[in-house]
Formats: sequence, C-alpha cells, structure tokens
Amino acid sequence: MERIFKLKKGLDLRLVGEARHEKKVLPLSSEYVVSPTDFYGLTPRLCIKEGDRVLAGAPLFADKDTERVKVVSPVSGTVAAIVRGNRRKITGIKIKADEKNQYADFKQLDLLNATPEKVLEALLETGMFALFRQRPYDVVANPGDKPKGIFVSGFNKMPLAADFSFTVKGEEEAFRTGVKVLAKLAKVYLGIQPEQVNTPILPIEEAEVNIFDGPNPSGNVGVQINHVAPVNRGEVVWTIAPEEVVMIGRLALKGVVDQRKTIAVAGSGIIDPFYYEVLTGAPFADILKDNHKTDGNWRIIKGNPLVGTQSCMEDAVGAHQTELCVIPEGDDVHEVLGWIMPRLNDFSVNHSYHSWLSPKTKAYDLDCRIKGGKRNMIMSGEYDRVFPMDIYAGYLIKAIITGDIDRQEALGIYEVAPEDFAVAEFVDSSKLELQKIVREGLDILRKENA
Amino acid sequence: MLHEYIEKIRPHFEEGGKLKAFRSVFDGFETFLLVPNTTSKSGVSIHDAIDSKRIMSFVVIALMPALLFGMYNIGLQHYSYIHAEASHLTMFLYGLCITLPKIVVSYAVGLGIEFTVAQWKHEEIQEGYLVTGMLIPMIVPVNCPLWMLALAVAFSVIFAKEIYGGTGMNIFNPALVARAFLFFAYPSKMSGDKVWISTDQVFGMGKDLDVVSSATPLGQAANTAFENSAEFLGSMDFSSYVIGTMPGSIGETSVIAILIGAFILLWTKIASWRTMVSVFIGGAIVGFLFNVAGPQTTIAQIPWYDHLVLGGFCFGAVFMATDPVTSCRTEKGKYIYGFLIGALAITIRVLNPGYPEGMMLAILFMNVFAPTIDYCFVNNNINKRLKRAK
Repeated sequence: MERIFKLKKGLDLRLVGEARHEKKVLPLSSEYVVSPTDFYGLTPRLCIKEGDRVLAGAPLFADKDTERVKVVSPVSGTVAAIVRGNRRKITGIKIKADEKNQYADFKQLDLLNATPEKVLEALLETGMFALFRQRPYDVVANPGDKPKGIFVSGFNKMPLAADFSFTVKGEEEAFRTGVKVLAKLAKVYLGIQPEQVNTPILPIEEAEVNIFDGPNPSGNVGVQINHVAPVNRGEVVWTIAPEEVVMIGRLALKGVVDQRKTIAVAGSGIIDPFYYEVLTGAPFADILKDNHKTDGNWRIIKGNPLVGTQSCMEDAVGAHQTELCVIPEGDDVHEVLGWIMPRLNDFSVNHSYHSWLSPKTKAYDLDCRIKGGKRNMIMSGEYDRVFPMDIYAGYLIKAIITGDIDRQEALGIYEVAPEDFAVAEFVDSSKLELQKIVREGLDILRKENA
Repeated sequence: MLHEYIEKIRPHFEEGGKLKAFRSVFDGFETFLLVPNTTSKSGVSIHDAIDSKRIMSFVVIALMPALLFGMYNIGLQHYSYIHAEASHLTMFLYGLCITLPKIVVSYAVGLGIEFTVAQWKHEEIQEGYLVTGMLIPMIVPVNCPLWMLALAVAFSVIFAKEIYGGTGMNIFNPALVARAFLFFAYPSKMSGDKVWISTDQVFGMGKDLDVVSSATPLGQAANTAFENSAEFLGSMDFSSYVIGTMPGSIGETSVIAILIGAFILLWTKIASWRTMVSVFIGGAIVGFLFNVAGPQTTIAQIPWYDHLVLGGFCFGAVFMATDPVTSCRTEKGKYIYGFLIGALAITIRVLNPGYPEGMMLAILFMNVFAPTIDYCFVNNNINKRLKRAK
C-alpha cells in the first residue's frame, strides 16, 4: 500500500501557454550539441577530437578525476567542433548528425540479469550514470558511493512543466524496466501524485511508491526525500528524473542508448504550444521554427520559468531539460507607479493585490521583470509558506549568506538543492536570488568537505 | 513620456555628471515613479508582483485612519479645553495644521539621513523609513517640539537602524527607539498632564495657552489614591476610549481607527495575526489577574478590557509588535512574543509607579528577546536533525 503525504505549503501558479497534450516528433536535425555544463560538478576530459566519427551511445567526455562517469553522444555522426568559453572551458561539443541514426550495440550487457556491480559498470559505460544526481550538493553522482536510496519523482508541478503522465505514454514498460534496473543498485523510491495512481506506470514491485498530494513544489524530488527519508550528514542519496529512467529501461530492453525524450514547448511566446519528441542536444532553432512570436522582446528559457535558465536560439536541448519556454522579457515595459497600482493581470501571493480572489485555474502572462529592488530580508515567514520541508528556509539562507558552515549543516543544507528554493525565490518580496545563494553555499561546502 | 524625461536627465546623476551627489535621490524617485524594467538574469525568470515598496505603502495606508482621527482629536481636545464652539471640520483642520509640521520634519530628517547613507554605501534607498517616519509623529504627545522630534528621528535612524545595516537588520523598532529617546532625555515633555493638549494658535484657529493640564486616563488612574478608586472606576467610559475622544499621543487614541488599520494589515497578510492576537490575549489575561489578585492600587483595578483600549496598547499591538524585522521570525515564536508583549505592557503599567504606560518598554524589551525565542524553535529543529543522524 502506498503511503500518502499531504502537503499544504507551496504555490500552484499557472502561466499562459501550457503545452496541450499532443505530441509531434522532431525530425533528425543536422547538428546536435552536448554540453558538459549540464552535468554540474563534473569536470570533463574529452574522449574524442574534432573530425572523429561517433555512434549514438559512444562516449564524448568523461569526468577528469576517475574517468568512470562518461557522457555519450545522442546521435551518430562526426564531431564538428569543440566549443570553448572563458578560460578554455568546454561549453559544447557539436556533432554533425548522420542522416540515419546508428546506435552503438549494448545488447551483451543484459542489464536485467546482471549483478549489481555489472549494472553499475554498464550504466557508467553507456553514459546513463551521468544522469544521476546526488544529495548532498546536487551534483553528478559519484559511482564510488553507496547511496541509501535512489529517488525518482514521477511528476513536476512547476509552471509550464512537462506532464510526465503524458510524456510517458507508450513508454510505460520501459519506465518500469528502468526502475527494475535501478533497484539492483539501491532501494528505489518513486513519488507520484494522486492522479497517477491508476495509470499504467504502476504497479512497480521493485520500488517503494509514495503519493504526494500538495501544491508545487511537491513534485520536487528534494521535498519527497525530506518527507520519506531525509539525508543526514554522511549519507548520500541519488536522484534521477523519470524520463531518464525510461532511457535506462530502453537500454535494458533494446540494448541501445536511445536519448529520445518528450519535452513541452510552452509559454505565451509560443504560437501553438505542444509536446515535441526530441533527442538530447537538438537545436532550439529547429524546435521553435515558425512557432514562436517575433514581435517584441521574448525570453527563451531552457527549462521552466522557475528553475530554468535564460537561453538563446543558438542553444540546444540540455541533458536534464524537459521544457522549452518562451515568455515576454518585459524590458520594454515602463510601468508608472506600479508599486501602488492594482495590477489587474499580475500575480501575487500577497493580498495587497487581488489575484488571490481569482480562480486557481486562471493563467497569467508574466514577464521577466523583477518588479522591485533587492533588499535585506524584511518579511518573516514568506519562504516557509511555500517551502514544504522540515527546514527553516530563512535561517538556512542567512547561514549561507554569512558563510557559517556549521550552522548550514545543522539547519539541513545537505537535504536541499537550489530548485527547492525556486518558489520561495518567486514570492520573495526582498527579491533575493535564493537559488544562486544556495548553489554557492553548496559549492563552498562541497569544497570544504572534499 | 515620463520614461523619456527620466532617460534625458539620467546622465547628470551618473558617475561624472554634475549632480552625481544626488544619485541615490534620483534612483529613489525613478523607482518610485517607474517600475524598473530590470529583468532577472539568473534564478527564477518570473517574480511575484510584491515588493517592499508596496508592503511599506500599505502599512502607511493602514496608518491613515488613526492619523486622520488623531488630527481631529487634537482639535477636539483643544476646543473642549478652551470651552469654545467649533465645527468638526475646524477641529480637524486645526489638528492637521498642528500635525503636518511634525510629519514633514520627521520625513525630512529621516529621509535625508537615509538618502545620504544610500549615496555613501552605493545602495538603493530603502523604503523602511516610509513607515517609521509616519509612526514617529503618531506616538509622541501633541506638544512635542519640532527640534526634539528632529533630534529623536536622527538618533533612531542612525543608532537604531543604519549602524546595524539598514532596514531588515535592526534589532529595535526604530520608531519606538525615537520615542524611548525622547522619553528618557526629556521626560517632562513626554508624560504628565501638561503635554496632551495643544497650546498653539494656528491661522486664527484655536487659542494660545500658557499652561494646560489634562491627563490621559492612565495618568489619572496612576494619580488616584486607592481610597478614591471606586469613584474613578465609576467615571471610566469604555465607549469613548474605543472611539478615541480622550487625550493621548496623536495616533494612539482611537481603537476603531486602529482596528481599521489592523484589518488592512491582516487582509493583505503584511502583519502577522499570530503576533497581533497574542498581544491582546497576553494583555487580557494579565489585566484580569491584576483585577482579581492585584495590589491595592487604582490602576490595578482598571477592568482588563479597559486596559486593552487605553493608552498605546492597541496601537502598539497592531503597528509596532507586528514589525516583521524586530519581532520573532518563527511562526510558533510569534505566539510567545506577542503574548509576552501584552503581558509585560500591563505589568509595567500596573507595577511601575512613575510611569503609567508600558507598551513602548514592553515591545522594546521583547525586541531583545525575540531572537532568543526563535533560537529555541530553530534549535529544536536542529536537535531533531542531529538525533535522526544517530
């Protein structure tokens, strides 16, 4: 029997341009980009050089320290360029794709009958392991660790987020198989929302299934970990996204590294928002072609508007990305005396605006303006109202700002990832960059504890 | 159009411009007139429409009923003291003329310091003083001289706020520090029976008076011997205390006006209902305890419900105790914080023979202890985590 966790804290926010439940398949693009920066915490050492031929599933780079964690190519083709940024940091590997995708053959791995050691080696070899992230620190997992659990969240309630219940359609068997493979490494915990109880992704005997009923961010894996089995000092848990579990399932079933995933193309800047089946690394230009508005200033977001990053047309689908959003930038708006106006079309959790009287289903068209200056933390309890974890969010943020490492540990920094603070950052009247603060705090802690 | 004008004059205020010494003033007014079109570069792409400007302006709006009634009450007290007839409008205009200079002085001195500090630290001007600057004139007696007010404002902005790092970092409520400064530096101008009725004639309204004598109900109670307490208690008039037609600091007298403000603050969720309600509960319980088992003094015999509507109790509970910066930050802590403020305020009133008002000291005292209360709750969370790790 599944356990049910009822969460009260949080905030469901709907934005204009949610992707309708219709899936199209993006034809193979001519060029794909794999970016090492998607794998936070991993320093890449290249396995290829420009001009090399690669198959889909062939390694492109590995982590510098152990060379065990490998990232593989999503397509077959020729390495066209290694793109470097500041201080020669590798920011992308461009692959000119073949006309027909050819996969490296991994049938001999036989994941379903292999020993746990063999499974780990196979996942490392096929690049699937690089998709695991670990708590603490929210970085690429370390294959040398013994995790106390592997957590998968089967849903995401962020605004404009892709609906896994829809994207998994037709791939349920691969998903269940993927969980079976994971269960060989450690105990698997799957978090679902009540609506998913009677869907074909269940039953899964190999995982402990927990139901989370509550507003965003209840779909964050960090929130689920905090309720099911919080991370203590010295412990490690691994997390992996559900569409990545599907990829592992495909590897077990078909013996190929098939990095297809269905992403939501959404936001008020999209003419016809729908789902697109793409390969990791597919260029945004192909996905958005003729389907985004060009009048005015628009922001392309790699991910959803709360957790994603500002991006551009030249970018490509990232390793963990499940949405591509286009929303108004807003830098051409000059609002007179906005702080005292009723702002009929704006959203606020604060009741000095009236948006709380509107029905919960109302969708808003928000732009990227911060709408206020950065201040010291003034209001109390703002974060706690949208932070469904047993952690004093405001105190943790203060401990990070002041660099007090002992206090950060005591207040539970090992349990959080920047994305857990996304909703708090949205509602913050002091406009502090909470996700950035947490990221920096985690980075410093990781260095100190290394 | 406004945007174009601002863009036109902007270069003068930037580095190298001839008015660069007023950059913080320019920034302050620019963000006041136009919402900055700055967009987020990292973190969340979208933001809630709330910001501290809106929060602070709503607190100022919530203060308006109490301020407007306070103006009227100044006129009322003055005209009834001189036994002259006057229309309600005249009374209000008289009070307006008496109060306005105080507000202007408070804002001019306080914002002047804030702008200077913002310029010096190369920061944006903070809105916190919008509220403090309105609170200070409302919690002083009507006869408080302007120079004294200016001195108190300067003291509190510098020593109660800026040296800690500005709004959000202060330990004590700056408005109460200003009042405490005046109270201890110039006690004869802050309490007693000479300060509550305006002695000035303005624009032909009212009458110049040399000396007035009219005590607040709490002051009267403190000076009434226990033998005469029955007579005093019989003269108490709950309904006039609720309406607010009695002598007192400018903004504190009308419970109705303050409750309208409380409604605005709670409706907008800017103030914490936990703190506010707890203050009243704490005050009621302690007031009741003094009623049944208190010392043999008149003030201890004031019914508990009268305690809640007299003096600065309501004003403090609604506008001062709920200051998010200086109160407890944990939700559970707010119950204790509020309760102790109410309890202490009545205790000070009753047991301190020299001074018949306790709200100011109770809140300042609890400002000191708010972090300790929070510490207990936060440590509870920390210990739970430590225990789990074993």
